[in-house]
Amino acid sequence: MTAEQLYPILSKYAESQGIRLNKDREFVMDILRGLLTNEARYGYRSCPCRLAWGTKEQDADIICPCVYRDPDIKEYGSCYCELYVSAEWNEGNSEHRQVPERRPKEKRKML
Amino acid sequence: MVKKQPKIKLYTLSTCSHCLRTKKFFKDNGIEAELTDVDLLTGDEREKVMAEVRKLNPDCTFPTICIDDKVVVGFNEERIRKALGE
Repeated sequence: MTAEQLYPILSKYAESQGIRLNKDREFVMDILRGLLTNEARYGYRSCPCRLAWGTKEQDADIICPCVYRDPDIKEYGSCYCELYVSAEWNEGNSEHRQVPERRPKEKRKML
Repeated sequence: MVKKQPKIKLYTLSTCSHCLRTKKFFKDNGIEAELTDVDLLTGDEREKVMAEVRKLNPDCTFPTICIDDKVVVGFNEERIRKALGE
């Protein structure tokens, strides 16, 4: 699977969820390449913006789409990576803020 | 007078798009920076670098950008320029 092949699949999926992929395609392609790198590295699509533990059990909450995506979109208009966004965010009708890390500290790979 | 080049360290993930933008910003602006992709490190080397990251940014999120004694977390061009003294 290449990032080019993954793009239409995730785009369709996002729309089915009532959200969108970030309209900055170049930015999204970088994220998709990161996701596929992590899939090859760990065997699952761990969030490319977070340091993974490398075991599925410990990274379950950050396998994309992460469990923090929906609350982040609700509060900030985008997920932590800015891959998934609300339609309003994409149209520039809501402020683009840096999304703070919602993953609890004890679940993060700190060392 | 030539302005002294600040000491810049970028702690990033090789897979992260915000980190890629950060690296591109410094490269495009011809600003020298020391780059470390933490996800590519293993064992003791990773532990040593993560201890540095934690000191600068207790949240241990990426990118963590250190410009002399100033720390910018995340890719925020305005804050980076400010830390660079522009």
